[in-house]
Amino acid sequence: MRFSRTSKALGMVAIAALALTGCGGGGSNTAGGSTGGDASKVIIADGSEPQRPLMPADTNEVGGGKVIDMIFAGLVSYDPSGKPVNELAESIEGKDGQHFTIKIKKDQKFTNGEAITAKSFVDSWNFGAAAKNAQLSGAFFESIKGYDEASAEGSKVETMSGLKVVDDQTFTVELKQPESDWPLRLGYTAFVPVPSGALKDPKGFGEKPVGNGPYKLADGGWQHNVQIQLVPNPEYNGPRKAKNAGVTFKIFQNDDAAYQDLLSNNLDILQTIPTSALKNFKTDLGDRTINKPYAGNQTIAIPEYLPEWSGEAGKLRRQAISMAINREEITKVIFSGARQPAKDFTAPVLDGYSDSIPGSENLKFDAEKAKAAWAKADAIQKWDANKTFTIAYNADKGGHKAWVEAVVNQLKNTLGIKVEGKPYATFKEARNDATAGTLTGAIRAGWQADYPSLYNFLGPIYKTGAGSNDARYANPAFDKAISEGLAASSVSEGNKAMNKAQETLLTDLPAIPLWYQVAQGGWSDKVSNVDYGWDGVPLYYNITGK
Amino acid sequence: MATYILKRFLQLIPVFLGATLLVYFLVFSLPGDPIVALFGDKPVNEAVAARLREQYHLDQPFWIQYLLYLKGIFTFDLGQDFSGRPIAAVLGEVFPVTARLAVMALIFEAVFGIIFGLIAGLRKGKFFDATVLIASLIVIGIPIFVLGFLLQFTIGVQLGWAKPTVSSAATVQDLILPAIVLGLGSFAYVLRLTRTSVIENMNADYVRTATAKGLSRFRVVRVHILRNSLIPVITFLGADLGALMGGAIVTEGIFNVPGVGNRLYRAVTQGEGPTVVSIVTVLVLIYVVSNLLVDLLYAWLDPRIRYDA
Repeated sequence: MRFSRTSKALGMVAIAALALTGCGGGGSNTAGGSTGGDASKVIIADGSEPQRPLMPADTNEVGGGKVIDMIFAGLVSYDPSGKPVNELAESIEGKDGQHFTIKIKKDQKFTNGEAITAKSFVDSWNFGAAAKNAQLSGAFFESIKGYDEASAEGSKVETMSGLKVVDDQTFTVELKQPESDWPLRLGYTAFVPVPSGALKDPKGFGEKPVGNGPYKLADGGWQHNVQIQLVPNPEYNGPRKAKNAGVTFKIFQNDDAAYQDLLSNNLDILQTIPTSALKNFKTDLGDRTINKPYAGNQTIAIPEYLPEWSGEAGKLRRQAISMAINREEITKVIFSGARQPAKDFTAPVLDGYSDSIPGSENLKFDAEKAKAAWAKADAIQKWDANKTFTIAYNADKGGHKAWVEAVVNQLKNTLGIKVEGKPYATFKEARNDATAGTLTGAIRAGWQADYPSLYNFLGPIYKTGAGSNDARYANPAFDKAISEGLAASSVSEGNKAMNKAQETLLTDLPAIPLWYQVAQGGWSDKVSNVDYGWDGVPLYYNITGK
Repeated sequence: MATYILKRFLQLIPVFLGATLLVYFLVFSLPGDPIVALFGDKPVNEAVAARLREQYHLDQPFWIQYLLYLKGIFTFDLGQDFSGRPIAAVLGEVFPVTARLAVMALIFEAVFGIIFGLIAGLRKGKFFDATVLIASLIVIGIPIFVLGFLLQFTIGVQLGWAKPTVSSAATVQDLILPAIVLGLGSFAYVLRLTRTSVIENMNADYVRTATAKGLSRFRVVRVHILRNSLIPVITFLGADLGALMGGAIVTEGIFNVPGVGNRLYRAVTQGEGPTVVSIVTVLVLIYVVSNLLVDLLYAWLDPRIRYDA
């Protein structure tokens, strides 16, 4: 939108001009707890129009994801710290990390009265994986044995051989290979069960989804492009019981309008403060704000298929780039503390996170070492002085221009090479070049966790041939460490191996970690008990009126 | 007259074909694969992507895609957007909202523009005239998004007289502030146009004759000055209706109006070809029809103008 780009740019200038106020991060300001509060209040929250019908396995973006998460319940859900707690599952057992037996609780029902059995799960997962149903999140089932057959183009197979119903309450899962963190994934929305009607008429169901979660869609609750109304589901008895009389997601095209609504109390909670308001929101809202790290990060991926960035010279150059970036300064000046400098490839809210993995010194700003590494690389393969190193980003959303320009300037000043930001008009153009492997320089990349696990930040992005491996990174040592981690007997053993794998990454730097995401949101003076989850999404079910 | 109208309607056919072809081609030429974008940062599942491309005919060459779209129009099936909803239903949701907004803006600019312009013209060079001239210059000079944010913040947030964004029903009351913002720029033009026209007509022979005949001042102004001065103003207003509907993107964004502009913007960024083309085509048709209406109004306002076949 013309104005929003302009106004955001204005906001950016204002932010960049900010003096070092030094409010670096700070602890989370949680209203916390679940004490008191008015349970009869309907919470008005900001949302965006879902891109696809509201089918759990077909929803992979935030607008639809927030809604799916609230109207469906899966085997497990995540508590605010990201720890999985049983929701529909009675027990999930598996000793070898490859064979699991899942028992589900008795007498569970969808809001249309249909019973939830082991078959509901198996059918829903098979539906999500089968190529013929074209579900966007189908790849979440890729670890299950038989996924490849079911998901192949034009495949006639519609079931995965690794899923077997034992009785109404029990089913077994066989994975292709051991993956110790697999149970951690089960809280992701793609794994929830859907009623049998959904599988017959997914499109109709996606308009009026029937779930089993803490909320249900109100009658005619989805007014497209306008709002999505959810009301509490009285039959839900899991850990996320609604403490309010409903949540209405008002759909906004731009965050600035939502912020104005928040200021005048027409909106109860705004998940993300828009960039243009970062300077003022603490004055505007007082203590009704939150500043809490969540499981997401920002990196710059540098493709190894570019000749200057391959081999030993490429590795040294990437280290030089990494050490030439002053993360502390950018997070303070550009983001006013809304980011935290990265110390690894994952995120600090995750179980197993460490800020002192050997090699993490490569992420520290050190101009002298950066120059030395660059010179060393030059001795192997000369950098053409006329060549411009570009950092690509999408200019349509996310406000990436300001920090990319800052990184560009730091690289120019420290390394004395030509560097430029390269804006793509839209996200889809940027993704196109990244997936096709036709990048001509670096590209900004970010990762939001789908489930709280170190592996989720490593495997899907840096494993040889992985789907999101924009840098086309391939290192057998890393792959081996990851496989060992997956085969580990426990999550904590697995985490150790994952961090071992990160040591390789921190030397090779296929992508340069920049900072961790911090959720910065605010709420109106009509609500209390606001807190955010591990994924940076407000715990809507917990919010009450004053 | 009937032949004239028929002729004008026949002209809609090439306009329609030209507009759809051009817009379809432009959307087709947008870089990036919209299906890849649907996967976000996540790995692209080729089997799923292939199926979706097939579903939206994105695997076909341009001409086939375009002809399939045309075929759809003649069978009253505009296709589906990415969330699987019929585009016809989407149009049915967004157009009434934007039409309401545009008509309100049009009424605002016509009523106030003509009244202020008339008074200013009649009192040429006086205090009122000078004031509105300067004020209208300021309004024309400031970009619409600045005015929008300014009014939203002062009237919506600080004074609390109106909600800063429209509610889910987008009622007439909700739309007053956005309509004023949308109509402000044209209001200034209408005002200036009326004023100039009034001043010109005041010196016309027929006005002098009418006054000399002893007609009341009111009758001279209403019948002889105003009616004749309205001809250029009506042209402007007619053309403006189309511009207001299409140009509401900025205003709709500021006030979060769930109308054409918001949906169009999203369709463009997501590369939803058929949605973009359908919306733009309806906008083009509105533009053409409102121009036709203006031409017909001409004949009514000025009996000297006659349309012959």
